[in-house]
Amino acid sequence: MNTLLTKARGGLMMGVAASALVLSGVVAHAETIRWARVGDALTLDPHSQNEGPTHTLNHHIYETLVGRDDDGELTPRLATEWGISEDDENVWVFTIREGVMFHDGSEMTVDDVVFSINRARTTPSGMAALHAAVEEVTAVDDTTVHVRMSGPAPLYVQNLTNTFIMSQAWAEENGVEVAPDFAAGEEAHSVRNTNGTGPYRLVERDPEVRTVLQVFEDHWDDAPEVTEIIYTPISEAATRVAALLSGEGDIVQDVPVQDIARLEQTEGISVVRGPENRNIFFSYDMTSESLASSDAEGNPFASPEVREAMSLAVDRNAIRQVVMRGESQPSAAPLPPFVNGWTEEMHAFDDPDLERARELMAEAGYGDGFTVQLDCPNDRSLNDESICQSLVGMMAQIGINVDLNAQTRSLHFPLIENWETDFYLLGWGVPTFDSQYVFDFLVHTREGSYGSFNGSRYSNPELDAKIEALATMTDLEERDALIAEIWDEVMEERIFLNIHNQVLAYAMRDGINLDVHPENQPHMATVTFD
Amino acid sequence: MIAFILRRIVQSVIVMLTVAIVAFALFRFVGDPVASMVGQETTLAERAEIRQALGLNDPFPVQFFNFVTRAVQGDFGVSYRLQQPVMELILSRLPATLELALVSGVLAFFFGVGFGVYTALRRGNWLSGSIMTISLIGVSLPTFLIGVLLIWVFAVELQWLPSFGRGDTVYIGDWWRTGLLTESGRASLILPAITLGLYQMTLIMRLVRAEMLEVLRTDYIKFARARGLSNRAVNFGHALKNTLVPVITITGLQMGSIIAFSIITETVFQWPGVGALFIRSVQFVDVPVMAAYLMLIALVFVVINLIVDLLYYAVDPRLRVDRSSARG
Amino acid sequence: MTDFTPENRPSIFFRAWDSDVAYSFRRSPLAITAALVSLVIILAAIFAPWLAPHDPFNPASLNLMDGFTPPMEPNAFTGNVYWLGTDNQGRDVFSTILYGARISLFVGFMAVLFAMVLGITLGLIAGYRGGWLDSLLMRVADVQLTFPSILLALLIFGVARGFIPPAYREAMAIWVLIVAIGLSDWVQYARVVRGATMVEKNKEYVQAARVIGAHPTKILVRHILPNVMGPVLVIATIGLALAIIAEATLSFLGVGVPATQPSLGTLIRIGQGFLFSGEWWILLFPAVTLLALALSVNLLGDWLRDALNPRLR
Repeated sequence: MNTLLTKARGGLMMGVAASALVLSGVVAHAETIRWARVGDALTLDPHSQNEGPTHTLNHHIYETLVGRDDDGELTPRLATEWGISEDDENVWVFTIREGVMFHDGSEMTVDDVVFSINRARTTPSGMAALHAAVEEVTAVDDTTVHVRMSGPAPLYVQNLTNTFIMSQAWAEENGVEVAPDFAAGEEAHSVRNTNGTGPYRLVERDPEVRTVLQVFEDHWDDAPEVTEIIYTPISEAATRVAALLSGEGDIVQDVPVQDIARLEQTEGISVVRGPENRNIFFSYDMTSESLASSDAEGNPFASPEVREAMSLAVDRNAIRQVVMRGESQPSAAPLPPFVNGWTEEMHAFDDPDLERARELMAEAGYGDGFTVQLDCPNDRSLNDESICQSLVGMMAQIGINVDLNAQTRSLHFPLIENWETDFYLLGWGVPTFDSQYVFDFLVHTREGSYGSFNGSRYSNPELDAKIEALATMTDLEERDALIAEIWDEVMEERIFLNIHNQVLAYAMRDGINLDVHPENQPHMATVTFD
Repeated sequence: MIAFILRRIVQSVIVMLTVAIVAFALFRFVGDPVASMVGQETTLAERAEIRQALGLNDPFPVQFFNFVTRAVQGDFGVSYRLQQPVMELILSRLPATLELALVSGVLAFFFGVGFGVYTALRRGNWLSGSIMTISLIGVSLPTFLIGVLLIWVFAVELQWLPSFGRGDTVYIGDWWRTGLLTESGRASLILPAITLGLYQMTLIMRLVRAEMLEVLRTDYIKFARARGLSNRAVNFGHALKNTLVPVITITGLQMGSIIAFSIITETVFQWPGVGALFIRSVQFVDVPVMAAYLMLIALVFVVINLIVDLLYYAVDPRLRVDRSSARG
Repeated sequence: MTDFTPENRPSIFFRAWDSDVAYSFRRSPLAITAALVSLVIILAAIFAPWLAPHDPFNPASLNLMDGFTPPMEPNAFTGNVYWLGTDNQGRDVFSTILYGARISLFVGFMAVLFAMVLGITLGLIAGYRGGWLDSLLMRVADVQLTFPSILLALLIFGVARGFIPPAYREAMAIWVLIVAIGLSDWVQYARVVRGATMVEKNKEYVQAARVIGAHPTKILVRHILPNVMGPVLVIATIGLALAIIAEATLSFLGVGVPATQPSLGTLIRIGQGFLFSGEWWILLFPAVTLLALALSVNLLGDWLRDALNPRLR
């Protein structure tokens, strides 16, 4: 509390701060959580950025129509019920919760919901792509909102778990009717000011330094046990772990895998872990005539034998055991286990077989091996550079001489975007929890909004047609069958050399209970104390 | 005098412009800002649009001209990453860096001068030998390692001092946020200040020692001794006084590089200053922040240089022709 | 009087041994220790391929399952024993240190050489020619100082990445690093050499050489250069230590040699990630090696500075 009072004299105060300070003295059994993770939310605007840490923080301040629980299942938030209209298969119907208050004391209405979805689907909102199929949003009565789609969209509701509802009046008052534009040249009010319906309200916001949230007394749901959140990004891994060890942090996210075992053994600290919705895989240019970074004749990656040999040369269990310290789920398919379309079969992978791999290389005409450059990010996924490094060693076993080019993400991702890499590592999450998302971005031929991360240049018109068909299929059984069919083809072609699904770990002080969220969006309102 | 000052100011402006051109030209190779600005669902066409809207496709001279015209008015645009005006962002982080730089500069100065004088006067004794050797550790290990080791020992194992951040802060005036007035703020300052100041301390100590050894051999000091002045009076009243002028000059000139070197210290200790801001900006290719930071560093250097020039001029007009070699 | 006819001239070795500098060296146990330590590390680095039990730069020879083996203990999976343990990729720490020191020293020496050649050349020209060229060069030096060295190296690295075609990036990384570190360090040499040149060029012997028509290049190299070699050597020694540390610092900021061919700095950067997880050997041994190397080189520089200063004798 002391820190709050000292801050309060400053000029950086938010509008809600003054009242929060008065209240803070009243709250009984105040429980403060000091929460640290690697990076900060980029903005507090609810629709500007479609980015993990941004959504995670905003989920405390704002709320969505539907939420996602720790098992990946949809839960009612501001919508109490939802479903496809019985009269029109192109319309989604949402029943909106009554008696929900914004932090400024006004009541949320269906008009706010309509306004927010429209704001989210209008550029420059970062959420627009998730609402591309929306044609019109209308308020039918005081508690019902209809969303009309351009065609049947059986999975649209999955796209709503990060679309926040904000106050129309507040947005208009502060000139933020649309999401902030990067090129606007001035700061939008909504970047550092908020007015949501969430269980916490913003008290202090100093981007990348410290954000303080306090419990919102008039929230519609049960009062959370955590009444105050002090959120601090700490970018250095060693410093982040040190903060927990020295007792300066209560909950630490983004724990380096090598420290998990040690932290678990440390008295007074416990660690929870669970699978993350995020896969780590390699892919390669399998279409070009030749490779820019290779001395090989032709394109070795075009040969199915070479791709199979590479898969046989990779020891996924060794990567799990040593590089990931046992904190990963090795898998053959780039799909997290809880995503629709995943099967036990896809998960299974062959044990390494170097002899067979070398035979295959010889059969493909690359018995003497070849050189190629591997592009790798070094600050995006857990131990990404180390994973690439181990791959270099494993490829060397079958004569593939890999040069490792590890660099920061802002240099790495444009290589994939511009087709300037022959061989690369990519981490991929599936926020819609459905395979179609993977196909759209990674498998479909690059055209329009399709295939923007298809760095393999893979192009198969037949498969493209099937992928496009998925979007509008309403018979979910038929659709699942088609998904399985597409996966068969993708796995057969070995477009991806998948390594593993990431495992998340949160470290915290003993006595705090918090479960791992599959999208890495822990919510402090779910925290309980022993 | 006026002509001299004018010439120096014109030269300073040219230096600033050169830094701006160089810095600006370099940014084109740091990476693609759009890649880190948008989510994975953004289509290639939308990415191209953002690039266009940000003016990243304009010819270099146009981009540079726009940048300079706005920079002169103190407008460095809006951060790509934090969507906040860059000037405001930098001003809000500057006090943290300046306080850190100042405290470590003062620490470095006092310990540097103290050890320097001692090792000069007691040349050859074991203690001064040890001081000379141990102080070299500060320049023989990378700063980041020293920082991490200090955190390990004093924050994790002994739990005496905080491992990260600035502790509690209070405002002085409207925007200067200080950690010097709170207990946790002062405690938080200790480890980063040592990490940052160690290198400078070694430098100053060596300089003081060398200067003292020179001065102690001059006739001026010999005369003083001959006049029967006490050792203390000679050493501190005469020798040290003569040593301090170049030492203060160099220390002043070093302030700029302390600020620059704070990028490492600030990253290790999550110190909310401009250095950490810069490093994060490099990772995200936040060009407006990077440009403003480099201009700020250039400005600090130019101003320090200008002040030193003017002081030299005031002290000794003969030096105005050539100061560079005197500084060597 | 010593007879200096060619036949009676003492050998070069003896003359060096008998010189003032050597005398001061023999009198200083610290300098001798420092020289020995530097020499051992430098020799170990040069002969790494023959001394190291493994070749950590050959990815085909690595077994990932050997990773994190503690020193002198058998690995839980492979049973292999390593003297100083292994790192996170299963590389033998001892061999990696030898090879890493090789990279660090190579970068250090080449960066110093680059800075020295550039600085001396520009310093000689500026000091000898004077006039507008001198002003220009010295202003450039000022601008250069405006850019903190660490930032300059960072930016040069960024630019080079943009220019060099992807296929050559890994191979060129080390040269880019050398230029980046060297370029931020030439000003010191230039200033010292320029100052000395300005003093020397007005001396009678130089004037005389000029009168008899000696080419300016010859005058510079023959007469002026030897006079500044003392201070240049001091700057270069300290510069070597600085360059090795600068390389380590850059590695922390994410630029530097590839992790598949790590320098001592890269090893420390990797090792500090294991400070809290119990694998202390991955950090400790490379850090101690770097400390020993940089400290002894710095001590040598210190000693050399005092030894070459005639007034301190």
